[in-house]
Amino acid sequence: MPKPFTPKVVTANALIEGDVIYLTNNGEWSRRHEDARLFTDEAAANAALAAAELQASEIVGAYLADATSGARGPEPTHFREAFRATGPSNYAHGKQVDL
Amino acid sequence: MYSYTDFDEAFVRTRVSQFRAQVERRIDGSLTEDEFKPLRLMNGLYLQLHAYMLRVAIPYGTISARQMRQLAFIADKWDKGYGHFTTRQNIQYNWPALKDVPDMLEALADVQMHAIQTSGNTIRNVTSDHFAGAAADELEDPRPYAELLRQWSTDHPEFQFLPRKFKIAVTGAEADRAVIRSHDIGLQIVEQNGETGFKVIIGGGLGRTPMIGKVVREFLPKEDLLPYCEAIVHVYNTLGRRDNKYKARIKITVHENGIDTMRDLIEARFTEIRPEFTGVDQELLAGIKAQFATPPLREGDTAAYDAAYQMDPIFRAWADTNLTAHRKADHAIVTISIKAHGKTPGDATSDQMRLMADLAEEYAHGELRISHEQNVILPHVHKGDLPAIHAALKAAGLGTANIGLASDIIACPGMDYCALATARSIPIAQEIATRVDELKIEHEVGELKIKISGCINACGHHHVGHIGILGLDRAGVENYQVTLGGDHTETAAVGTRMGPGFSADEIVPAIERLMLAYLDLRDAPEETFLQTFRRLGDAPFKAALYPESEARNAA
Repeated sequence: MPKPFTPKVVTANALIEGDVIYLTNNGEWSRRHEDARLFTDEAAANAALAAAELQASEIVGAYLADATSGARGPEPTHFREAFRATGPSNYAHGKQVDL
Repeated sequence: MYSYTDFDEAFVRTRVSQFRAQVERRIDGSLTEDEFKPLRLMNGLYLQLHAYMLRVAIPYGTISARQMRQLAFIADKWDKGYGHFTTRQNIQYNWPALKDVPDMLEALADVQMHAIQTSGNTIRNVTSDHFAGAAADELEDPRPYAELLRQWSTDHPEFQFLPRKFKIAVTGAEADRAVIRSHDIGLQIVEQNGETGFKVIIGGGLGRTPMIGKVVREFLPKEDLLPYCEAIVHVYNTLGRRDNKYKARIKITVHENGIDTMRDLIEARFTEIRPEFTGVDQELLAGIKAQFATPPLREGDTAAYDAAYQMDPIFRAWADTNLTAHRKADHAIVTISIKAHGKTPGDATSDQMRLMADLAEEYAHGELRISHEQNVILPHVHKGDLPAIHAALKAAGLGTANIGLASDIIACPGMDYCALATARSIPIAQEIATRVDELKIEHEVGELKIKISGCINACGHHHVGHIGILGLDRAGVENYQVTLGGDHTETAAVGTRMGPGFSADEIVPAIERLMLAYLDLRDAPEETFLQTFRRLGDAPFKAALYPESEARNAA
């Protein structure tokens, strides 16, 4: 039996800088997880991913990542995505500088 | 130190210019990511968790002061002011922007360095004993052979698309400081009937199926090195599995076909191609060897060293822990710890790199080494200079006296940086090192190799750690599995997996219990952790790891 769909965000890395990025509600890319659009519908998520993959001159490695709705916006549900959203734990010089 | 020939220079510059054009075409959309990815990987450029990562080769771990300074310059100009030295003697930059990478490669080429074949399914950076050319127990300097192998393997047309990556390590001593038994090919210079040649080991490797390499030739004449290695890689290229990447390394090829069949195939191919090697490689080797001549080591008294050793307990602790016997009695090999308690294993800031370059230039003939244990070495230091070196290192946070001890931990980048990782390694290493410093027990515990990997690929060599720690994802939570009794040396062994893993909060106390148990269990202070484990087996250590089950069993 297929796994039931759980909410997702579309994430990737920026082509030039390599930064972790998220697809927003207005179809742009943000460095902040909380700005991401949270897809609760599987077909819409897959369509957004397919559209993102066409933006090859801006992004690289797009995929759907599990997320949940939080007080300030979508929050990652898995620790890997939490690290991607904040930066490494040994230096405060990743994304956490701006968060 | 090897200096590039005109051919080397032109080759590396051409690659930089090719890659510059490839990056431009990726950015302007002429190349898709699918087309670009293999090209960037051939030049050491990965896309990791947070950013790109550029892996730079440091062939056989040898580097000049000038090159070290350039690595610092690159870290400042195009990265975040530091670099990470790895278990394969490379340096990795964790934050380059794609547009800057061609400039970084150009800056590397300016000091005769490159990132070619530090990635991809090809023959990777050739590694070696970090004490090569200096160690008292060495038969012969292995680096000229490593350099010959580097020249032979770089862009070798037959070996650019192997079933998987392929790693070669070379040592010139019986004591294995190059982990040769965990490499695809391990080469050890040995003596037979007054002649030196190579013992050839194949099929070692860690990862999800850890294996200790098997001897395929007890003695290989030196002049046969290239044709024999070519025969090995040819057989692997032909026979190695391409249907399943997890079964593609030569260790599986050896396991599935047997070492005797492999030997027969290798010898047959060797016989076939041996006549093609006309001796040009030996002429090249003679030129290479001349460049690895020992620097002129000065004479002089060691009174300053003797006085500091008697009077200064901090210097004495450092000297006892971080120095190794040089083949000249009034000299020493200095291992600089880049594992200060609580810091990231293997990371050096650009300031620290520059200081180490300065010290190398002033006191160590301008030469440094990078060890597979993620430290930096000054290979030829007069003992009279050691107090001054120690003082400078201490002031820069590089004076930690912990080489070979519990806080000298190998740790891969783990999930803090690596896209493949399943858990973090760095914070665990930091916490263990901080804890042993708080307890002040690491000198009492003595030699202890703790090695941590953030995934099954085992870049942190956890299988061959006396205490190995493997980070895994267990239902969305970081979990750490312990192996004990691993050994990377000439008595190599894969560690035994203990029971259930530990959470991130539990793993440091568990390692502490292991160390305290060892102190209770050892016969005498001279008996190392590994010796105690081999004498008693895993039962008493399991009991220390899992005291609750022990209590349940007793009830």
